[in-house]
Amino acid sequence: MAKEIAAETGSSVEEVREEACEILEEMSQNLQLKCIRLMGFTMTKVLKRLYSGIFVNMEGLNMLQQSIQEHPVILMPNHRSYMDFLIISYIMFTYDIPMPFIAAGIPLSGMKLVGELLRRSGAFFIRRAIGSDKLYWAVLSEYVRTIVKTGIAPLEFYVEGLRSRTLKSVMPKLGMMHMVMEPFFKGEVYDITLIPISISYDRVLEESLLAHELLGIPKLKESTMALLKASKVLQEDYGSMHVNFGRPMSVRHLCEGKINRCQYNLVPRDLPQKPSAEVQACVSWLANLMVRVQEEGSVMGPWALMACLLLQAPTIVLTEEGLPWQELTDKTLWLRKLALDFGARLNWPSGQGQAPDTDVMSSTVALHGSVVNRKAGRVFLVQEKEPVRNRPISPEEEMISTAAAVLMLASYRNMSLHIFVRPALLVTALHITKTTQKDELLAFFCFLQDVFSNEFIFIPGNSSQDFEEACFLLKKCGAVHVSEQEVTVSDAGLEVLSFLQALLQPFIDSYQVIFRYLCENEAHVYAEKQFLTAVRNLATELILSGELHTYEALSSDTHKNVLSALQRLDTVTKSRASEQNEYTVNKAAVRRIDDVLSGKIPPQMLHTTPEAKL
Amino acid sequence: MASNSSGGSDRQRVAQQRLRIITGHLQGREDGDSTIIAAECKAEGSQTDVSREEGKTVPRRRQEIMKWNGWGYSDTKFLFNKKGQAEFTGKRYRLSGMIIPALKEWFEGTFGASLQHKSPAAPVLNSGAVQPPTLNEAFLEELKSTGIPFSHDAEDRVYRAHGHCLHEIFALREGKVGRVPDMVVWPNCHDDVVKIVELACKHDVCLIPYGGGTSVSSGLECPTEETRCIVSVDTSQMNRILWIDEKNLTAHVEAGIVGQDLERLLNESGYCTGHEPDSMEFSSLGGWVATRASGMKKNIYGNIEDLVVHVKMVTPQGVIEKSCRGPRMSTGPDIHHFIMGSEGTLGMVTEVTMKIRPMPEYQKYGSVVFPNFEQGVACLREVAKQRCAPASIRLMDNEQFKFGHALKPQVSSMFTSFLDGLKKFYITKFKGFDPDRLCVATLLFEGGREKVLQHEKQVYDIAAKFGGLAAGEDNGQRGYMLTFVIAYLRDLGMEYYVIGESFETSVPWDRVLDICRNVKARIIGECKNKGVQFQPLSTCRVTQTYDTGACVYFYFAFNYRGLSDPVHVYEQVERAAREEILANGGSLSHHHGVGKLRKEWMRETVSNVGMGMLQSVKDYVDPKNIFGNRNLL
Repeated sequence: MAKEIAAETGSSVEEVREEACEILEEMSQNLQLKCIRLMGFTMTKVLKRLYSGIFVNMEGLNMLQQSIQEHPVILMPNHRSYMDFLIISYIMFTYDIPMPFIAAGIPLSGMKLVGELLRRSGAFFIRRAIGSDKLYWAVLSEYVRTIVKTGIAPLEFYVEGLRSRTLKSVMPKLGMMHMVMEPFFKGEVYDITLIPISISYDRVLEESLLAHELLGIPKLKESTMALLKASKVLQEDYGSMHVNFGRPMSVRHLCEGKINRCQYNLVPRDLPQKPSAEVQACVSWLANLMVRVQEEGSVMGPWALMACLLLQAPTIVLTEEGLPWQELTDKTLWLRKLALDFGARLNWPSGQGQAPDTDVMSSTVALHGSVVNRKAGRVFLVQEKEPVRNRPISPEEEMISTAAAVLMLASYRNMSLHIFVRPALLVTALHITKTTQKDELLAFFCFLQDVFSNEFIFIPGNSSQDFEEACFLLKKCGAVHVSEQEVTVSDAGLEVLSFLQALLQPFIDSYQVIFRYLCENEAHVYAEKQFLTAVRNLATELILSGELHTYEALSSDTHKNVLSALQRLDTVTKSRASEQNEYTVNKAAVRRIDDVLSGKIPPQMLHTTPEAKL
Repeated sequence: MASNSSGGSDRQRVAQQRLRIITGHLQGREDGDSTIIAAECKAEGSQTDVSREEGKTVPRRRQEIMKWNGWGYSDTKFLFNKKGQAEFTGKRYRLSGMIIPALKEWFEGTFGASLQHKSPAAPVLNSGAVQPPTLNEAFLEELKSTGIPFSHDAEDRVYRAHGHCLHEIFALREGKVGRVPDMVVWPNCHDDVVKIVELACKHDVCLIPYGGGTSVSSGLECPTEETRCIVSVDTSQMNRILWIDEKNLTAHVEAGIVGQDLERLLNESGYCTGHEPDSMEFSSLGGWVATRASGMKKNIYGNIEDLVVHVKMVTPQGVIEKSCRGPRMSTGPDIHHFIMGSEGTLGMVTEVTMKIRPMPEYQKYGSVVFPNFEQGVACLREVAKQRCAPASIRLMDNEQFKFGHALKPQVSSMFTSFLDGLKKFYITKFKGFDPDRLCVATLLFEGGREKVLQHEKQVYDIAAKFGGLAAGEDNGQRGYMLTFVIAYLRDLGMEYYVIGESFETSVPWDRVLDICRNVKARIIGECKNKGVQFQPLSTCRVTQTYDTGACVYFYFAFNYRGLSDPVHVYEQVERAAREEILANGGSLSHHHGVGKLRKEWMRETVSNVGMGMLQSVKDYVDPKNIFGNRNLL
């Protein structure tokens, strides 16, 4: 292997070896028990301060303990906050389970002291975007392979790749997943157990930081100083935290019939091999499945529901007149029932006193005082107080501060999206196509999944089941009638339908803004940065002029998702030109997607079977 | 190996056998349905025939010495005696007549079986259960005129309708008989076979060659869809060594000779072939060629493909053979490789010229104990790397090590038992080997005395590097004995609701450990899924080493009490295990062959084009599918 790379780069074998050693040093963990004990001690103090409670499902933990004795275990938590990092290790330490090796992003290792501290508690660091660096890839996959093969301790990694900026599940990254799965494909272990872990926060530490980041204010480099500054967060209350250890899943069982492991027979197993289409499809399927399971395991509180409802009120109402408290609470209780019907795991504390539910909601709003406040029976959006400046606030600046609050709210809404998204897609299909034919609806449903699969997590190849599930759930709550051929709207279900439609509307609006920008602009080729700024400016303009009602169109996360979606749909091609990513746009194709999305092309024209597309 | 142990009892046994043969003949005539017509090859006088039969193991009527529904000789079997102790009956083996005190405990402990729960076999073959033969009258008439002996007696036919797969034996024990050959013929020489094949072509009769009947690939099963008359061609009477060429060290042998006879007769002249498959007591030379057999001592002597110098095979298109005995030829693809592994689908092997070697001056067994299986495999790999493998080297895993221990016969003296205790103490307590992890390698050295001792030292030195401790000759020898009695043990298990079988594969070195672990785990997992109530025995051993890989043997058995269709469960588990083998880079078979049992994986094993090549050879050589056992393709 080393020789091969040496031949390619024209350097000597020794040089390559040296380089490999350097990489390894940069990467490797250095587990030390002393350090862990120290961490354990401080963690207990810090956590007690921050959270009113950390809830762990013991039954899941017991299953984990069982699994560890059988096969190599991979812990796969979702990633919402830096806290995730610490909390899993903390729980493992507390319940006397081997400390996991954690795959972390390399920037963390750059933090003075903390980097070393993390390293000593079992973290190892990987660079992002390794795509082309063969040597790095080889060293890393060997490292991962060794951890999985020896199986002395669980491996922990975030299948979403990075922290979700929007509290919504992120489309999983496959590189690490591949490396973890390979020992099974190659027969080096009998089985691998995947443990999906869902961590749900009542309130996320980084909430405002994330919202600003989405608005284009750059992310601070992870540094020790920043962490120290952040220590002021210690004075605030962040509610409770739920850690749900999912049912252990056997990779062997999941991959049965999906992978022909014989494909690894003809090449030495330690040589890196480009994964076959079959393997890629399987790994991607598995990764998406894991994220779905994480979603299903996550617990959502009243706040997620309230955020949904708050966002459906016009922004101007929230900032100026405020939303009547009574209206909000009534609606929330209604939504609670719907969510439970749809199978959500709700964390609804049993309050005390005469109106327990109202109490719960009041305390929830109090907890999230950074986003909304309640005055005289009305709920208002909190606008950030800019540092005192003498000049008057410009409309743009005012908008930014509103947008930050809206995006924070949107993030909390996102925590509940996975419950509603499938029925909501169907409702959207009903609304746009105006048809009742089931096959046409299915076609449109698949189209929507295709367009939005960077936004929401769908398991590839599962569209038909998703569609059936959507039909079933809507039927269950009485919103539609479903027959062999038809899906018809029932009068009693209007409330549900309009709620679900409104839930997705911001996404559709935002996508359309970007599609139109791409179609109407003269240029065919965009640099990534240029594109992002231009779209943001356009959205700002539209909002200020009152043409666009959703502030979410400002989120850079959405912009990036649109680009990836278009790339996936082969309407945009990415190229690398001088340090910058450039995108070439096929305008006709984008226009077609836009037309379908706005109902200009009837669904009969969508000649694609659901599975073939994916 | 087994029957040349003591000369005195041998003679006695042969005389007894002779008596039995004669009574057999007499009884046959008295029954009135005598279908055997005694007529020998013209080259042969009746006197030589008599002297010949004395040195041979397999009579025309196999039922005279062999079980109809189990392995091996009728007089030899394991049983639990009235005291509940295991005992091995008969006089043929070293273990024969001995008490094996530890077996009961191992048996009950491993399988959860109990001596109270018996699953006895149907005691005798019920001829009524056998379908009446479909005879091709025209063929029969012409066959009679050739004078080649034949029979359509039910017993004769049932004996030739099966090999030793679990499902075959299980059915027989229940007294169930499926499609069987319609008649059996006993050619006496190459020319007889030529005549039989000609007649079969002329009258469109299906021929199935039968050698030793030890197939474990469903190779001998009659295809149920076959409507023609099926004739089993039993080669057991073609069992002469025709000549020995001492200048070139080759022997020309008829294909029906069984391993033990071949070895014994050659030994009388001071030679041996060194080809010793585990089934060598009963399997035949023709069978070895037709299935690409492998012998335990292949490290010195080679596998069958290395041993064969010249082969004669009778096909529907005529006889195929090479024109000379040159040691190597560059004349296009080697036609021997169409013959070897053809599994009776192309024709019948009648005569083989094979390499012989002077008998080894000195033989020595040995064994090495390793702290764990991983170390053992690493040691074998190193031995293979240095190309210093002894005649045989086998590594048993922990389960098999315990199994081997359970087969220790009762020791006569206090001293031996004391010594054993001391040994055990030394290994487990002093050296700190975990008795639930340690494993043992058995060794067999052969050659000149000096060389053997030197070789032995070299191998033990390598073993020491991997933590191995020499554990004595006795352990080694018992390990090899196990391979001869294991098939008898299966019959014992089947008396008590335990069924099992072995299967094998070959695999590159880097995958040996992985495949062993994964296949064993898969077997246990599948048993659980399929509702097997008791923990199965799932064990393996590495039996052969090559430059680039090894041959791995799996044993698998379980207690089937509580299952309605144990054979089906067994087959499902075996199938899953085979899938696991293939997924872990193992081959479809190292030496058992494909038969009908493993046909479904043949295409993925040799690719579409490969299948097409094999098929086109079949189409040319045997367009009417006279050799219609439907193996392989």
